[in-house]
Amino acid sequence: MNNFSWYDATTLKEAQNEADTTVSDMLNKDKKGSSIIKSGGIDVMDLMKEGLITPEKIVNIRNIPGLDKIEFDTKKGVRIGANVTLSDIEKNSVIRDNYQALQLSVSKAATPQLRNMSTIAGNLGQRTRCWYFRSVEHDCLRKGGSTCFAKNGENDYHAVMNNGSCASVHASSIATALLAFGAVLEIALENGEKKEVPIENFFVTPYENIKNENVLKSGEIITAIVLPAVNNKTKSYYIKQGARQSYDWALADVAVVVELSGKKCKNARIALGAASPVPIRANSAESILTNEGISESSAKAAAEAAMEKATPLEKNAYKVAIFKSILQRAILKTV
Amino acid sequence: MDTKKIKMPYGISEDAITEVEREVPLNEPDAWPVNEKLKHVGKRVKRLDAYAKVTGEARYTSDIQLSGMLIGKMLISAHPNAKIRSIDTSAAEKLPGVYAVHVIKNEEEEAYPVVRYAGQPIAAAAAVTEAVAEEAVRLIKVDYDTRPFVVDIEKAMDPEAPVVYEAPVEQKASEGGEEIESGLKLTGNVRGPNEGRPRGELTSGFAEADIVVENTYRTQVQTHNALESHGMIVDWKPDGVTIYASTQGTQGVRNEFADLFDLPRSKVRVLVEFMGGGFGAKHGLGTHGAAAGHLAKKTGRPVKMMATRKEEQISQGNRPNSIHHLKVGVKKSGELTAIEQKSYGTAGVGLGAGVGGVAQSMYTCPNFKTAQYDVFTHAGPGAAWRAPGAVQGIFGLEQMMDELAEKIGIDPLAFRDKVDPSRVRKAGRKVGAERMDWSRRKPTGSDPGIIKKGIGMAQSSWWRIHSINATAEVKIFKDGAIEVRSGVQDIGTGTKTILAQVVAEEFGLEPEDIMVRIGDTLFPDAPGSGGSQVTASITPAARNAAYQAKLKLFNMVASNLETDVSDLKAADGYIFSSKDETKKMTFKEALKSMPVSQITATESRTKEYDGDYLHWDLGAVQFVELSVDTETGFIKIDKVVAAHSCGRPINITQLESQINGGIIQGISYAIYEDRILDRNTGHMVNHTLDTYKVPYAMDIPEIDIALMEDYNAKSSTDAYGIGEPSNIATAAAIANAVYNAIGVRIKEIPITPAKVLEALNKA
Ligand SMILES: Cc1cc2nc3c(=O)[nH]c(=O)nc-3n(C[C@H](O)[C@H](O)[C@H](O)COP(=O)(O)OP(=O)(O)OC[C@H]3O[C@@H](n4cnc5c(N)ncnc54)[C@H](O)[C@@H]3O)c2cc1C
Ligand code: SF4
Repeated sequence: MNNFSWYDATTLKEAQNEADTTVSDMLNKDKKGSSIIKSGGIDVMDLMKEGLITPEKIVNIRNIPGLDKIEFDTKKGVRIGANVTLSDIEKNSVIRDNYQALQLSVSKAATPQLRNMSTIAGNLGQRTRCWYFRSVEHDCLRKGGSTCFAKNGENDYHAVMNNGSCASVHASSIATALLAFGAVLEIALENGEKKEVPIENFFVTPYENIKNENVLKSGEIITAIVLPAVNNKTKSYYIKQGARQSYDWALADVAVVVELSGKKCKNARIALGAASPVPIRANSAESILTNEGISESSAKAAAEAAMEKATPLEKNAYKVAIFKSILQRAILKTV
Repeated sequence: MDTKKIKMPYGISEDAITEVEREVPLNEPDAWPVNEKLKHVGKRVKRLDAYAKVTGEARYTSDIQLSGMLIGKMLISAHPNAKIRSIDTSAAEKLPGVYAVHVIKNEEEEAYPVVRYAGQPIAAAAAVTEAVAEEAVRLIKVDYDTRPFVVDIEKAMDPEAPVVYEAPVEQKASEGGEEIESGLKLTGNVRGPNEGRPRGELTSGFAEADIVVENTYRTQVQTHNALESHGMIVDWKPDGVTIYASTQGTQGVRNEFADLFDLPRSKVRVLVEFMGGGFGAKHGLGTHGAAAGHLAKKTGRPVKMMATRKEEQISQGNRPNSIHHLKVGVKKSGELTAIEQKSYGTAGVGLGAGVGGVAQSMYTCPNFKTAQYDVFTHAGPGAAWRAPGAVQGIFGLEQMMDELAEKIGIDPLAFRDKVDPSRVRKAGRKVGAERMDWSRRKPTGSDPGIIKKGIGMAQSSWWRIHSINATAEVKIFKDGAIEVRSGVQDIGTGTKTILAQVVAEEFGLEPEDIMVRIGDTLFPDAPGSGGSQVTASITPAARNAAYQAKLKLFNMVASNLETDVSDLKAADGYIFSSKDETKKMTFKEALKSMPVSQITATESRTKEYDGDYLHWDLGAVQFVELSVDTETGFIKIDKVVAAHSCGRPINITQLESQINGGIIQGISYAIYEDRILDRNTGHMVNHTLDTYKVPYAMDIPEIDIALMEDYNAKSSTDAYGIGEPSNIATAAAIANAVYNAIGVRIKEIPITPAKVLEALNKA
């Protein structure tokens, strides 16, 4: 790992002034800049240890006051500050009682030690774990190179949908639950203003921009993630399947949020992680459930529909079967 | 040699224990009774260094800092097959903080290293900090002339494939590794066959069979992931070299270093006080030790070179893969009539990818033939890896045995009762079946529902390996201190503690009273930790030395106690006359009364009392219960029952700990681990511990161990090893249990969700 200098920012403004680029831009060799922001630093460190980025300065935003609270409002929902750690979310009783899928997704992400360090904003800002992307030996499309090594290579863990340009999957499994809840990100802009970005619009697909996975530009800092209010008819569930039971990245993960009236589903939001380069909604599955009773057969039909458009690669067709199974199980868990 | 005749316990605790008479060297002690009658041996004695380890006080090689020490880093090859036109180290050498750069030479006639796999060590730089050394490595410019390569074993067997070596290759076996036959033919990348020791005649053998089954089994490459990576610190001073090594063999490092740098062995001292794990690949100097030597010689400063995790996985030794064909004939009555075996395996640029001798030796069968081939690929070298060859071989053999049993319509245990001559495994099958409650095993594939349970078992064999190059020195001092010294190392298995137990037993003291000083080549030679030979080799030496020291002490104190030397005994902290127990003194008092300041006795392991050399009968039987999710393909191991023999058990806790470890590694091999080399670039893509899957806490099932006492009357402690035997049967037992659960055989590991789903789809 290279030597670097350290700057402890105490205000958003300071952080915006001190950092001159983003990690994603630094990963692309054609981009300039030498200082980046870090919150928990888990992903930043991983990329540095691999020699993929060599920042000269690291701007720490963990000490900026006011970014580490979880606030709850029955009308507005829950607002999670950008610097809130995954452990804090995992243990929060309001989240556990009202946003079960989120709590589950957080508690299944990484390890307890990592969750103590990682922040929710950093989790959304982390880069893909595609092993070619993560290796200095493979200068792939996403890093400004000319090939995707995965497509005709070792694609065991890659995307089973929308994988025509880059077949990586987004690393955040928490985003799957956030997407199902329709979370909105608050982002501080360099000019001092704020914008609100629905999570759907936060992630960018490789078709739109292969060199980035989100819309963040240098000088933009996430300040909070807001989940809309839920009522006692809202039920949610989340399932993640890794290669082992102990901590592991998702081979497949699904989040289901439904509004129930009895056993009948009034409204469903279903999200798939590790299926596509960005977390996606399973719209066809949602429409199958809407205004239907939740049963073995409707759950199965929804799960089949969610995978209808799957285009697995040579080594990852098994992921399609896993998605179908865990989605069906997650839907049934809501009743 | 003068000898005496003594009676020794003989037999298996689960069966019957009798006595046997042996003629043994006169200077060795009388036999111990069975463990039940001993005070420390065969008990759950706590590791002497347990506190040092859990508190972090223990200093491993990677923790050691010497004054003025430089850190070395390796430059590794960016291509799998290349000729290097030039290496320019000038920019690296000019970087402030860099003391030296060393370019590795791997072929006499070539100026630059010949690159045969991606990630091969090429050059090393030593600098004041790790960051500077890394930067220096980045500044080394290598001009590669890249060539076509092949990393896949089957593609490498194609006559058109790019060749790894132009001319026939001979290599030394690594310590504890598979034997390597010399002089075998090389055709393209395929070397062999190694034909072992055939017997009988196959054609008539198969003609006699009622049923002939033929199958191909495949195992993957498993990398060497010790918690502490490979590496050493070399401190080269004018009067001699001191090496701190993360090694499985102090002697091996010393000898190789002395040979490489043309030094007398006496000028090289190798130390390893605490060792962060080794499974076979940490013998000898290694790439990092050799580079540290060159850099230390150049700079006159101590140089530390530890492999990174990536290097550890790519270049520091792996378990070769295998494609293992078996054809076996069986009569309906359950007799085996013929076994034909053919195997291919790749140890990358190395040799030693056989499937061992298990198919040849475990079961009674008059006709046997094998042909084992090594296939070279552009990949990192294989090395010894916990029961080399046997693990791969058993994976096929024990599934085959299950299938044969099914074909002739008898229970897998009953079938083995017919063809397995081993008495320990017979006892093991019995206890194991009881503990697993084998009778509840359902007919194959009959468990209803989505999550299906299965039970399976597999057996294994390993040699009773020992080395007579194993010497211990016991010193007793007037001030009360007692020391045992040997060059042997404790790689985490608990060697220190068992030496204290053995010496304490002989002196009638407590293990904590014994200071064990090992892991230092200044002390008497002892073998490396390979082949599961350490306990078998060094504990008799230590007991013999303690016995001689005790006799010397008895001679000095007998007159004080007014007794005959031959009447004296040592127990419970006292020395006393066995004729008149009032004539006694404490051990401490006895030491104080010595007319000299210290007594030293140095003794060695002698050959097996019954003249045997290697005996193939350390038996194990493992049972596995698991659940298979037939929708996701996910396997959960619920329970493992393991019945093992290792001669006389010395420390039950440590033995169980080894068996737990062996089983966990077996599980890991069966369902998680897999080295993945990119087919298009030749690079390992899963070289982190995040992507190279191993099980963690939640993946570990309940493990129930039945440790059998197995007295063979072969040495003064009659103890043998467990490290390797514990690791052999697990993967095959898992595969058999998966079959029992889902009714489809998966003949290839790791059994990932992808393979389970594929098998179910095909069924
Ligand atoms: C072994 C391992 C297993 C893991 N398993 C999982 C898993 O199962 N599921 C999962 O979801 N994650 C997993 N992770 C990822 C982990 O959760 C993330 O690395 C972590 O959440 C990142 O958070 P951080 O605060 O450390 O981010 P940092 O490393 O500090 O930052 C990550 C990125 O976000 C940017 N950033 C940080 N904060 C902000 C902000 N406020 N505004 C704008 N940009 C910002 C940084 O510049 C950087 O580019 C795992 C990680 C490891 C190492
Ligand atoms: S899948 Fe995407 S990130 Fe991975 S190699 Fe291809 S382009 Fe790069």
